[in-house]
Amino acid sequence: MLDRHAEHFPGPIHQPPLVANVDAIQPGVHAEHAYHPRLQHHFDDMEQQVEASTLGMWVFLVTEIMFFGGLFMAYLVYRWASPTGFQEASNHLNVTWGAVNTAVLICSSLTMALGVRAAQTSAPARTQVGWIVATMVLGAAFLGVKVIEYTDKFTHHLVPGPNFVWEGQYPAAAEIFYSLYFCMTGLHALHMIIGLGIMTVIAIMAWRGQFDSTYYTPVEVSGLYWHFVDIVWIFLFPLLYLIGYHYH
Amino acid sequence: MHGVVMVFFFLIPSIPAVLGNFLVPIMIGAKDLAFPRINLLSWYIYVLGGVFTLFAALSGGVDTGWTFYTPYSTAASNSHVMSAALGVFITGFSSILTGLNFIVTIHRMRAPGMTWFRLPLFIWAHYATSLIMILGTPVIAITVLMVAAERALHLGIFDPALGGDPVLFQHLFWFYSHPAVYIMILPAMGVISEIVQAFSRKNIFGYSFIAFSSLAIAVIGFFVWGHHLFVAGQSVYAGLIFSFISFLVAIPSAIKVFNWTATIYKGSVSLDSPMLYAFGFIGLFTIGGLTGLVLATMGIDIHVHDTYFVVAHFHYIMVGGAIMGYLGGLHYWWPKMTGKLYSEAWSKFSALIVFVGFNLTFFPQFIAGYIGMPRRYHAYPPEFQVLNVLSSAGASILAVGYIIPLIYFMYSLVAGEKAANDPWGSRGLEWEIPSPPPTENFTVTPVVTEGTHQYVHPSQEVGVA
Amino acid sequence: MFTNFPLFPQQASVQAGQVDAIYFFVVAITAFFSLIIAGAIAFFAAKYRRRHDAEVGVAIHGSLILEILWSVIPFFLTMGMFAWGAKVFFDLYRPPAGAMEIFVVGKQWMWKIQHMDGQREINELHVPVGRPVKLIMGSEDVIHSFYIPAFRVKADVIPGRYNTLWFEATKPGTYHLFCAEYCGTKHSGMTGRVVAMDPADYQAWLSGGSASDSPVAAGEKLFQDLVCNTCHIQGSQGRGPVLTNLFGNTVELQDGGRVTADEAYIRESIVNPQAKIVAGFQPIMPTFQGLVTEEQLLQLIAYVRSLSAQGTAPSPAGTAAPTMPQKSDQPVQEPRKPGR
Repeated sequence: MLDRHAEHFPGPIHQPPLVANVDAIQPGVHAEHAYHPRLQHHFDDMEQQVEASTLGMWVFLVTEIMFFGGLFMAYLVYRWASPTGFQEASNHLNVTWGAVNTAVLICSSLTMALGVRAAQTSAPARTQVGWIVATMVLGAAFLGVKVIEYTDKFTHHLVPGPNFVWEGQYPAAAEIFYSLYFCMTGLHALHMIIGLGIMTVIAIMAWRGQFDSTYYTPVEVSGLYWHFVDIVWIFLFPLLYLIGYHYH
Repeated sequence: MHGVVMVFFFLIPSIPAVLGNFLVPIMIGAKDLAFPRINLLSWYIYVLGGVFTLFAALSGGVDTGWTFYTPYSTAASNSHVMSAALGVFITGFSSILTGLNFIVTIHRMRAPGMTWFRLPLFIWAHYATSLIMILGTPVIAITVLMVAAERALHLGIFDPALGGDPVLFQHLFWFYSHPAVYIMILPAMGVISEIVQAFSRKNIFGYSFIAFSSLAIAVIGFFVWGHHLFVAGQSVYAGLIFSFISFLVAIPSAIKVFNWTATIYKGSVSLDSPMLYAFGFIGLFTIGGLTGLVLATMGIDIHVHDTYFVVAHFHYIMVGGAIMGYLGGLHYWWPKMTGKLYSEAWSKFSALIVFVGFNLTFFPQFIAGYIGMPRRYHAYPPEFQVLNVLSSAGASILAVGYIIPLIYFMYSLVAGEKAANDPWGSRGLEWEIPSPPPTENFTVTPVVTEGTHQYVHPSQEVGVA
Repeated sequence: MFTNFPLFPQQASVQAGQVDAIYFFVVAITAFFSLIIAGAIAFFAAKYRRRHDAEVGVAIHGSLILEILWSVIPFFLTMGMFAWGAKVFFDLYRPPAGAMEIFVVGKQWMWKIQHMDGQREINELHVPVGRPVKLIMGSEDVIHSFYIPAFRVKADVIPGRYNTLWFEATKPGTYHLFCAEYCGTKHSGMTGRVVAMDPADYQAWLSGGSASDSPVAAGEKLFQDLVCNTCHIQGSQGRGPVLTNLFGNTVELQDGGRVTADEAYIRESIVNPQAKIVAGFQPIMPTFQGLVTEEQLLQLIAYVRSLSAQGTAPSPAGTAAPTMPQKSDQPVQEPRKPGR
């Protein structure tokens, strides 16, 4: 049955070449565009490369949404189960620091966007690096504030585990709340740290003058990531700090 | 432990990683996947995850099963839950990156003329699989991370003693782990779609129905997780909805089976080993899928839930389905991947042995399950003995069936006859390039003018059977 | 070797017949379709086998009519299974009013069972034939699952909440009791037996042996030992809500919500008193988590329930009619059919 040597696959089979005129392909498919030095060998042209990278980052961000989604789901379930307990627990978070951090992150998104724009318009390397470093400084400021807040939680025995102490009426709900608080903000902070690492690489690349209007995909894609991490915080801040907050 | 290794380290990555990474770029006429370095990274991550899991296995194992149900896994178990959970977490990223790579590749790297409806069905299946990988895997990742946090740091999330809800874990777990079943079976379905066409020398019957049923399975598959919780005390009405959707997801699978059968009609059928595996797949998957209806029926599930009936059912899907698909695909594309031919007689023999051994192993478990033998029992009342002995005997035969291919595949690498570009007389981009393909697959970018597996001129195509 | 080789489980409850009927229905349909597909494949593979190397198949594009047929017919068949299965599930889920109640506590690795008359058993459950029995089940540690194959009933036993299941045995005999959710190394040893007895034998069994306090009596004693009665006193001057006629009724909460006082609510109010504060009361009750075992919790619940049973409060429709089997009960003469 099996014809093991099908080079001479015989007979009347109509053999339409699936690949039409392989030989007739204009050898100029590539030659029409000058090769960009940044074009990787397996892409046909820069446009395909840019589209692939951007789509890749968007798809990655979708997985990130699902990743945080699991935590948000747990939060919703437990908030629904003990709304007053969560309200009481959330009142021990420092809304001022939270608000400061929100502002810091929004500013960092702005500087990030300006950094992308600088690369896109072939601005001088130091302008590009300037915006990126500004973004990093703001990101570091956010993490600094987070350290202050975490330290505060440690000193007040608000870290779940054997040392958790809760004076209020709902110790069980508060412990769950702080478990989720540390999981969610901790994971977010981890993303910020990774973001800082990425930005360091981008800054070095920008410093070497690798980005201009023909090639700025790395800046753009890292920017997408940075904005995403900001947006996660935009959801975390009201969920953890604001809902049920009252002045006291 | 068996479950953890099999599910996360074999069934989920087997077809996508071995066949998919090789074939996806070739089949769409690309030189490589969109992100070759990410692909390599995902391999390293997989190995790293494997190391953690191996550590758990060697240092005494993990006794929670692959489901890691809380609070057993977080509070009671004394085994190496942490390293197994970390292994699963890390491997999850490998899965995510592979899915991401496939999606971008299929979207952006298709050759000129390779429209969506000319894509080989293998590609459609991988596209659907990738959707599940990128949407589902992050959820299991964060879930096992929460388990690890609860176990290590005593954060209260799932343990009722810490105020948590153990059933929430089951929801999050099955939100990934039920779709994960489709990660295992969809690529196998893609393989079967290719093999059935190639060995009937005939284009598929109902192309778009097969293509869209893959997507339908991927999408609907995300809304059936609750059928694992019929006896966990979830609301009756939630159970009702999950049962309904579980029945719905059976329809696209049925469509596929009917279309494969119709494809053979008036074909030129050759019973080479890949086709034997494909027939084995269809038979076993049909049994596995239809017993899924038994489980989706709420009234019956109460009785058979967590019994050997379930064990038999999912082995029919995963071993009978995914592994038969994997072996079929391996036999079909082996000459292309290695450039060597293997012994046809031995491969037919092993296909037969696997089929017989498999049925002997797992069919008795349906009966044992309905009589009421629960899962995860190492000791059982005497009336189950005969069935268990049969099952063990079958497993030995099955093992022989798995070892034979290992031997003749190895042998073919050393002393196999050289394979031609197209040893099967098949159609498809992968068969037009040398075996094994050069590094960049195509020397010139191909231009595609028609769909896959066209054996006769389009003017001779018949609309209806 | 083949002396003990059943291929089908015993039918020993009113539910078993129902479950088996739909099981045979589904199996018949699946066998029918499996045979059609296997037959068609074998037939086509033989009839259209490749006769010479260059042969190709006829190019058939597809058929919309066929596609619709083989989508719609399976759809309606599965909907039939769904509807029937859901019906059986509802019957399995809803215990008939007046079912005799038994408490079950699962722990690694044993089943502790407590009858309302005070009989306690471990890994054994004695029940009368012909009378609906409702089990109220909790766990002390991890998730277990209470499974009686011959009765076709199963329910997970989950720490921190109560699940129930009910059955009505039809045939006297001894049946397997299994734990069906992996719960640790000795999971497969967490088995036992269910003894279904004629009502007269059951009465004899109840009166024999050493019965301890009934759960209600034990609960009442606990209620005093734990000094619950200093706050939960009769009349309106107590610091805690009055418990008489509480069970089964709706409770107004501080935050405006309402809740039905069922087993889960009472349990939560004992182990996590701050979770739901009754309107008009201060959240001053300390938690009793860790101070009372799961069994004692069930006894306290039984006591609180008994306070309603004696009162004139209308029992809630459906689930938990607080009927306490008394020792003086006459054996039920006719097996009562539950509503189907």
